[in-house]
Amino acid sequence: MADAANPPPLQTDFQELEDGEDLFPEPSATQESGPASLPAQDISTNSNGPKQDSLFDDDPDDLFAEATEEVSLDSPERDVLLSDGPSPAITPITPPTCVIGPHIGHDDLFTHSSFDEIEEEEGGDSFDIHISVSDPEKVGDGMNAFMAYKVTTKTSMSVFKRNEFSVKRRFSDFLGLHSKLASKYLHIGYIVPPAPEKSIVGMTKVKVGKEDQSSNEFVEKRRSALERYLMRTVKHPVLLKDPDVLQFLESSDLPRAVSTQALSSAGLLRMVNKAADAVNKMTIKMNESDAWFEEKQQHFENLDVQLRKLHGSVEALVCHRKELSVNTAQFAKSAAMLGNSEDHTALSRALSQLAEVEEKIDQLHQDQANADFYLFSELLGDYVRLITAVKGVFDHRMKTWQKWQDAQMLLQKKREAEAKLQFTNKPDKLQQAKEEIKELEMKVQQGERDFEQVSKTIRKEVSRFEKERVKDFKTIIIKYLESLVQTQQQLIKYWEAFLPEAKAIS
Amino acid sequence: MMEEVKEGASALSVHGHNVKVTEALKDGDALTFLIVSEKLSGTGEYHVHRTYEDLEWLQHNLFSQEDVPGIQGVIFPPLPARPQVNPPAKAVKQLGVLALGEWQPYCRALETFLQQVASHGTLCKNKAVETFLTDADPPGKQRARRNLFNRLSQAVEELRKEGHKDVDEFFHAERGRNAVATGGAKNAAERFLDVVLTQQKIAVACGHFSAALHLCVEPGEDPDKQAFSKLCVKLSEVFESMKKNMMNVAENNVNTLGLGLDLESRYQEAEREMLFRRTCKMVEVENARRNAERAKPVKKAAMEEVKRATEDEFGHISKVAKDEVARFQGSRVQMLQRALVRWCEQQLLTARQSAEQLSQHLQAVRALGPRPA
Repeated sequence: MADAANPPPLQTDFQELEDGEDLFPEPSATQESGPASLPAQDISTNSNGPKQDSLFDDDPDDLFAEATEEVSLDSPERDVLLSDGPSPAITPITPPTCVIGPHIGHDDLFTHSSFDEIEEEEGGDSFDIHISVSDPEKVGDGMNAFMAYKVTTKTSMSVFKRNEFSVKRRFSDFLGLHSKLASKYLHIGYIVPPAPEKSIVGMTKVKVGKEDQSSNEFVEKRRSALERYLMRTVKHPVLLKDPDVLQFLESSDLPRAVSTQALSSAGLLRMVNKAADAVNKMTIKMNESDAWFEEKQQHFENLDVQLRKLHGSVEALVCHRKELSVNTAQFAKSAAMLGNSEDHTALSRALSQLAEVEEKIDQLHQDQANADFYLFSELLGDYVRLITAVKGVFDHRMKTWQKWQDAQMLLQKKREAEAKLQFTNKPDKLQQAKEEIKELEMKVQQGERDFEQVSKTIRKEVSRFEKERVKDFKTIIIKYLESLVQTQQQLIKYWEAFLPEAKAIS
Repeated sequence: MMEEVKEGASALSVHGHNVKVTEALKDGDALTFLIVSEKLSGTGEYHVHRTYEDLEWLQHNLFSQEDVPGIQGVIFPPLPARPQVNPPAKAVKQLGVLALGEWQPYCRALETFLQQVASHGTLCKNKAVETFLTDADPPGKQRARRNLFNRLSQAVEELRKEGHKDVDEFFHAERGRNAVATGGAKNAAERFLDVVLTQQKIAVACGHFSAALHLCVEPGEDPDKQAFSKLCVKLSEVFESMKKNMMNVAENNVNTLGLGLDLESRYQEAEREMLFRRTCKMVEVENARRNAERAKPVKKAAMEEVKRATEDEFGHISKVAKDEVARFQGSRVQMLQRALVRWCEQQLLTARQSAEQLSQHLQAVRALGPRPA
């Protein structure tokens, strides 16, 4: 049940609240929400100090208990699934003040770590970690079957117990990890990399046991996406040291993430409706005093549009390449037939060679299509999803601002009420009012601190994003060019081998 | 494709082997071709403008040479299908590879047709050829009569003759070979066209991607933004290169092997028509013999005469046909060899150019800071 470090003076009620709606009924209970209003269970009712520990638990009214379908690239807002199971570590809402040493184990409370100083620590332990996701293995039969992936980590970083280790994980484990990270970090301004998308159709085929090319492609696509997801997550200096991440990578047993199961259609409908409502209500008019944020938000809006366009372009390209591969194979067959029925020996031979060359070229086309896809299409898709997380973080800032403003307004009202009470003879009520005001003043201060912190964090995160973006794109472009050059060189070899055959016909 | 007529016996005043179709001009919905022939005397060239109707007129005249013995045994150089400026889907399919490339491949195919006609020992003697190539005025517009010589496109009852058993082992084998080759060549030409069309689509897609990347350039002093913008510009250049490369590959395909397969396909079809004409004549002979045998004494002499004439014609046709087949087999191998060699050489050149360009792009991207993760 609900708990806090100190029992609050007032009874608290947990309800899911829409943004802007009844945010501060008395007693106060606050809600944090993801971009599409999937609220975290947040108990921030402490009247003491900045530390706001929270434990997440099940809310009986949580309509989302069964809903877990992640929304695809094309939906207006992406659901962030927030964890509803207890987290192994206690989650800070505002970064506490002490240093976390590099030797603190996974189970230590995080409460006294300073994120700023973690990032500075990073310089000491250079970023050296490589994660691979491999060996997809089907476990079980029928509709209860799932794919298990081997997650191997190779690292020299001291935050890990060993230098090389692997564990088995299934897709819902990854979703569970993301869910936990999102609930801990999104609302304080960290850009948590989104998890790969679910696909009921793709996975059903695999479960049902269709061992065909499309289900193999699906598994490979997923494997690659999971790998990219983990690498992106550990590249984040704060997330890398998160106990959930460490546990995910190192621990051979992981509690099953139950909230990620595919959902019923009723649940899906409710979720979609709720998301729509949330979008409508989320027009917080913020007095943006900082032009930087306004500019950045516009920048990300534009980037979103452009990346989606690029993504669409690449998808078309991949499609055509696959078509080319099919057509080349068919042409190869027709050339082989010509060769077979040809009487002239040398011509027959050349035509058969032609068929072979075309088959090899077909393979090149397929490889090229894969490169187009895995390098560009997936990169662009990842970034479109990442930008949705970025936008979510900006939204959280707005909500934090709103919270602060609301607290201020309430304080103002209480002060006015208290002023009036001064002239009445109700000492008890006056005392109560004074106490409430004190509480609210704390809240306002906290609200301001939260807002400043989240703004600061976002600035850092955006800067990190821009740097990572350049690195990512450059890496991919180089890989792609290397594959293009290799294809051309292979093509040259094939043509050079064929030329004498063609000349030999006479 | 056919061997050149000896200079001394030339019926034409121009060289047959290097007739050129230099231009295709759009005139509303129709196309006009500029045909250039070199005078034998070496004193200059003839430049004439001709339409497709003029080509049909030429073909009609060639088909109508009933006075030439055994003319039906000739494998007539195939005329490409009618070109249309805005062709409907059916016409596009019929033209195949010739509908591409702004009519340049079509001009090449026409050139080949005219060169083959002008170089054919029997056909070049037809006055229509000289008129066609040299007369400043376009030849008379004649309505294309029912074409006696393209019998395969005619009545269904005629078609069943195609399977009629042959009296001659040589032709029996040749008909069998031709039946397989016609289908095979047509299939290969169509599959090759599919490849080319897809390559064109890829080129277009690369162009779109390249253009879209330009939109990602971000203004500003921020070094990370500038770095990203530079990457976008570079990648845009890469995709522009890829587009050009793919267009070259497609063009090479069309101009060499594409034309080769198209010609092979149409020529096998032309041989098929010749063989069918001969088969029809063969059936005629059998009928004539039967009639002569069963004829009443009154008619007997007449029937015998018909029989003899028919047998004569058949003999001529078979003789001409045998020569034509031998020549055809020889020249088509040459033609395909040339096409394959040129195809390979051009693709090799394009691939080398592309590899060079891509390597340069790769170096340039590597040189862009910062160092990748």
